[in-house]
Amino acid sequence: MEDSRYDVIVIGAGAAGLTAAIYLARARMKTLVVDRGTPGGQMILTYAVANYPGIPEASGAQIAMTMRRQAEAFGARILGQAEVTRMDLGGPWKTIEVEDEGTFTARSVILATGGVPRSLGLPSEAVFRGRGISYCATCDGDFFAGQDIAVIGGGNSALEESVSLARQVRSVTIIHEFDHFQAQAWVVDQARREPRIRFLMEQDVREFVGDESLREVVTVHKRTGEVTRVPATGAFIFIGYVPDTARFKGIVDLDERGQIVTDDLLRTSVPGVFAAGDARQKRYRQITTAVADGTIAALSAIEYLGTSGVTLPPPPP
Amino acid sequence: MLQTNLKHVETVQDYRDLTQQGKTVIVCGRMGPMCIPVYGVMESLESKYPDIRFRDMEFDSPVAMQTIRALPEVRNFHGLPFTVYFRDGKVVAATSSIQTKAQVKEILDSRMADGTEAQAG
Repeated sequence: MEDSRYDVIVIGAGAAGLTAAIYLARARMKTLVVDRGTPGGQMILTYAVANYPGIPEASGAQIAMTMRRQAEAFGARILGQAEVTRMDLGGPWKTIEVEDEGTFTARSVILATGGVPRSLGLPSEAVFRGRGISYCATCDGDFFAGQDIAVIGGGNSALEESVSLARQVRSVTIIHEFDHFQAQAWVVDQARREPRIRFLMEQDVREFVGDESLREVVTVHKRTGEVTRVPATGAFIFIGYVPDTARFKGIVDLDERGQIVTDDLLRTSVPGVFAAGDARQKRYRQITTAVADGTIAALSAIEYLGTSGVTLPPPPP
Repeated sequence: MLQTNLKHVETVQDYRDLTQQGKTVIVCGRMGPMCIPVYGVMESLESKYPDIRFRDMEFDSPVAMQTIRALPEVRNFHGLPFTVYFRDGKVVAATSSIQTKAQVKEILDSRMADGTEAQAG
């Protein structure tokens, strides 16, 4: 039977978690990584990564797979599709229970659970998911060739994907909640130059309407209350991510947005527990910043284990 | 060719053999961001549901055009992958787009387990 005691358990196997695992395992720390989904996190959802230094262009899935192989080659154990059902992080020995896998203990834990796509929270969004509503233009764009579609959001992803989709659909209506975009200026310019794209600003999405599949998106102007029915057989939603930290509420300090609060060594409010990547409080969320976080959290955990001066009691039976 | 650890359905005869009797789940997709997590879910469940065959199928292959993509149950699907659950020749459930492990297990336990009625999904 495999020993269930580890030096460090990393919860989350995205860019931050896998990087932490590489550093930890290479430093001969016995390392377990658990992820409720497929290892790779949000990287897997990125079709092409063109700004990761040293790699001209690769899919997020390729980068994730390489990171995973690196971590495993150094000896890290990685469990995907593994749901943490209980955790006790307070004492010197941290304990987590993983569905179908058992109970694991470690002296240090790194929280690297990343983010989950923000949803509009409308009941009709769930009804038409996969029947018109999509979160991946590259995956599903060709289902809507020659048709009218909507894109919801105003950041870089929303506008870049709109430009890409405009090449194959009849029209794209970008629906955004503010009177200005959060996307970078050059991305906005690119979208404005595309004749098949029109803009519907200061809108709240009220409802998705259809029968077996999506037919229209109903929006309401935020100031005037005017209702607009946008004919659309497809609606692509790109409204950002929220930190996947609900399960840590009451365990470590979170800010008002649910982000884990850390210091510059990525220590949380609980000794021996560190946080890295999109789950923690920070401004910029990129693969590169997640990788940096994973590195810092791993080095901090190694230092905590090696030089903290804490005399640990024996592990629980 | 899909790069997964699942067995692939590559011919119409394979498809017929798999779906006409017993329990089979087929994930029909590409190596894309919405599909890869679903293959991972199925790989993780294979050992836990030994009576169910978990397979994948290349979405752009001729066999997909003649089988999964021709099913009436997927007529209104607009999101990859198409995941279809078969029991003794019947489609008992079908989903479009990414699914979590919990969502897949819910279908397996409610539609595919012995003692549950095989009803169209």
